[in-house]
Formats: sequence, structure tokens, C-alpha cells
Amino acid sequence: MSDEINLKEMPVEEILELMQEDLYDGLADEVVEEVQELLGREFAPLEIMTKGLVAGMDVVGVDFRDGILFVPEVLMAAKAMKAGMELLRPLLATTEASKMGTMVIGTVKGDIHDIGQNLVSMMMEGAGFEVFNLGINNSVETFIDAIQEHNADILGLSAMLTTTMTYMRVVIDGVKEKGLRDDVIVLVGGAPLNDAFAEDIGADAYCKDAAVGVETAKKFMELRKKA
Amino acid sequence: MQTIISSKTKTVVIGPGRPFTIIGERINPTGRKLLAAEMAAGNYERVQSDALAQVAAGAHILDVNAGIPMVDEPAVLEETIRLVQSITDVPICIDSSIVEALKRGLEAYEGKALVNSVTGEEERLEAVLPLVKKHNAAVIGISNDESGIADDPAERFAVAKKIVERALDHGIPKEDVIIDPLVMPIGAKQDAGRAVFKIIQRVTEELGCNTVCGASNVSFGLPNRKGINMTFVPMLIAAGMTAAITNPLEPEIKQAILAADALMGNDENCTAWIQANRKGVRKRERRRRQPSA
Repeated sequence: MSDEINLKEMPVEEILELMQEDLYDGLADEVVEEVQELLGREFAPLEIMTKGLVAGMDVVGVDFRDGILFVPEVLMAAKAMKAGMELLRPLLATTEASKMGTMVIGTVKGDIHDIGQNLVSMMMEGAGFEVFNLGINNSVETFIDAIQEHNADILGLSAMLTTTMTYMRVVIDGVKEKGLRDDVIVLVGGAPLNDAFAEDIGADAYCKDAAVGVETAKKFMELRKKA
Repeated sequence: MQTIISSKTKTVVIGPGRPFTIIGERINPTGRKLLAAEMAAGNYERVQSDALAQVAAGAHILDVNAGIPMVDEPAVLEETIRLVQSITDVPICIDSSIVEALKRGLEAYEGKALVNSVTGEEERLEAVLPLVKKHNAAVIGISNDESGIADDPAERFAVAKKIVERALDHGIPKEDVIIDPLVMPIGAKQDAGRAVFKIIQRVTEELGCNTVCGASNVSFGLPNRKGINMTFVPMLIAAGMTAAITNPLEPEIKQAILAADALMGNDENCTAWIQANRKGVRKRERRRRQPSA
């Protein structure tokens, strides 16, 4: 069923729509083809990113949150997004304004569970954030160095165990001591966490899944821009 | 190893590393009095609805058996095969213990059939294998011989090996022989389950053949047979079995097979599992576009 799709003859708006649908379906090759077609018509890379890829990932995020899409499908969509972004990133690098914000994310010391935070990373990238994923088992010093190096807007902390989640407090206290706490929005997540714990350790918010993480990050970034 | 079975328009590949092949068992009058009476009287309505329902439920191949006492089995089998092929495109497993019925079935069939079955008995081997070869079909080899069904898995493996070797002698490649290790009831033979796992492993590794079985016999004589059956099938799959003659209309069995496929890493991106269990509605169904020229 090719449906006789001919990109060359398709208006820009339809290609963007198709890109969103193919992203939703996790079809990386198709998304790449559509990005290339639009670039060939000298359509602005930033527009391709926001109106095609990011808009497509928004729908994926909503359907993931609502239990309509599942982790393998989000990963496929994220891969398609990534494939499209690889073409756009070199062209976007010059236009700094394109960034939604910068995030540093990692699993805290003692914890090696990274599936959740990888998902968050991909969905944040999908939403247009620049993400520095520090991987597993990060000390407070690693987090602080990364925040400073990348001038991060958001710090994401992840822990899967009740024994390791307490280290989040150590990280947040360390960030405070360095005088960086007002510079970063701290979002925490992981199976054993809840809102009360997040509040108690001085985080800005607990995010129950990757979709909520993206929503929360966007909300805080907007508040910050208004301030 | 890959066993390829086909109808006129559809090809099914049985083999490791891919989703488990379900051979729908319902078109079989054995133990189905109503169906037997209807088929004997030339009424094929139930055959039709059973065929369509099983395909809709995910059967990849349909077993067709016409073993009704006191009827002309070859004629009924031939007619049933023609009928099933006229309403579905899935390949057929031609099932009879009567050689003449297999012959008529094969002559009527369009595509590459799966023949059910040959055993390790001399007479059967020499009667069935030439037919299989003549029609370029595949065949299920059941691991028993003149001495009956051995309890010792090593003996049953030896029979399986003999069947494969004899098939080769007749020019049938080993990919076209699927071994049935013969499932006995665990209620009567305590080690029957383990024997089957052992035979499947050896046939897979040492003979390089696909394996199939009728799984439900394992629970014969026990309460809550479904509970045993839906556990047994994933264990068979974990042992390496690549197809089963079973009832896809039983949701528990279907679910167990889908879960086992996902757990074995044979369901890419867990697509089939998600599709079968999604409660919400996707924006649209996943659809890949042909790459533009």
C-alpha cells in the first residue's frame, strides 16, 4: 500500500503533516526523506524541527501519557525523531534561539537503572531541548560540573531504588552550596518517588513519567522566561 | 532452519527467531460429533465458519482432517481442502492416517502443503514419503515406530533421526521435515513434559529441524486443563519449538503464545503484543510507505 505518495508534488503543509504521522509510527526512513525534501526546498530547519518533528513528538507524548502508545512505540518514534534531527542539528547550531532549554540528566550514585532516564532524554530532545545525558551512577560533583559546563536550565535526577533515591537530597544540597540552585530547575523521577519526597528534598517537581517530565519542563521554562 | 509452507497466494515460514507458527486444529471431526455428522452429510457450513474464525484469531496454517468413521475419508478430505482453499488464503496442513486420503488431498491442494503425518514405522515411511516428495510438500514426522511410543527421550530422538534420514533418502530436505516429539499426558507419565523438552532441544540442535506438537494432550485427565496448557506452550517455545497444532480461539493460549514470542525476542518492538493488548486507539495504524523511486 504505497498510496502513491509523491513527496515532490506535495505542498509543504502536507509534508509536515505526513512527517508528524510517520514520526508517530516510528518510521525513521520516511521521516528522513521528508526532512530532506523540505530542506531541498530551502524550508527553514527550525520550522521543520518545530512544525514537523516536535509537533509530532507532542502527539506521541500525549498518547504515551494516556496509555495509548507504549514504550517500544515511543522509542521507535524517538529514533525517527533522532534520525530527522541528525540532518537538522548542524544547520540549527548557528541559531541558538531554537533551543527550548538545556537539560543535564543522570541516575544518581549507586543506581544503575537507566531505561527511564534514557526515555526522558529522548522525549526531551523530541521536545526541542538540548540534553546532556550523564548515564548511570553519578556523584554530586559530576552533576555540578555538568551544570556549570553546559550552563543547564534543568537538572534531571533519576533513581529506581529506595536506597539510592536518598542521594538526590545530597545532589540538591550540593547544588545549593555551590550557589547554583536558583539557576536550575530540578526535576526528579523514578519508581519509588512521589510528590511529597520531591518536596521534602527540595526539588522543583516530581515527574511520574517521561511525558509528564516534558510537560513539566516546558511549564517551568515558560515561567522562567516570563520572570 | 526454515520450513516454507504455502498456498496459492500466501507463504508461511516456520523457524526459530520468528513468531511462533499457529496451526489451527479445529477442522477435525475427531471428538466433535456435530461436525462429524455435518461433514458426513456434505454440510460444510461449520468447516467454513471454523476456518474463518481461526484465521481471524491468528492461525497461520489450518489443519484439515476428515477422519470420520464409515465415510469415504479421501473424498471428504479432498472436498474439505478445496473448500477451505476457496475461502481463505492460509496454507493447509493435510491431516490423515490414511495414505489414500493424503494422496487425494495433495492432488487437490494448490501450493506447498504440510502433510500430517508420517511416523517411524517402515510401512508408513515408504508409503508417505514418496507422496511428499512427488508433491514437493513438507511433512510432520512423529517420533514413534513399530515398538510404540518410547518413554526414553533418547529412543524417541532416534526415531526422529531415522525419519529425517529416510526423508533425505527420498530426496526430501531436512527443512521439509518437522518433528513432532509426541506429547503424552503428565497425569499418566510424570516425566512426559520433560521428555518433550529434551527431544525438542536435541532435534533443534542435532538435526536442525523444526518441531511441532499437539500440546493439549499433556493435560489429559487433569482438572483445569487450560491452566496446564497455557503454561506448557511457552515452555515448549522456550525449549525451541517453532509451531503447534492448537486452538487459536482459546484466548489464554493465544495470549501465552504472544507473550512467549515477545519474551523470546521474536516480536519486534513487541508490536504484536501491544496490538493485542492496547485498550486505547492509535491515531492510525502503523503503515510503512514504499520508498520512493
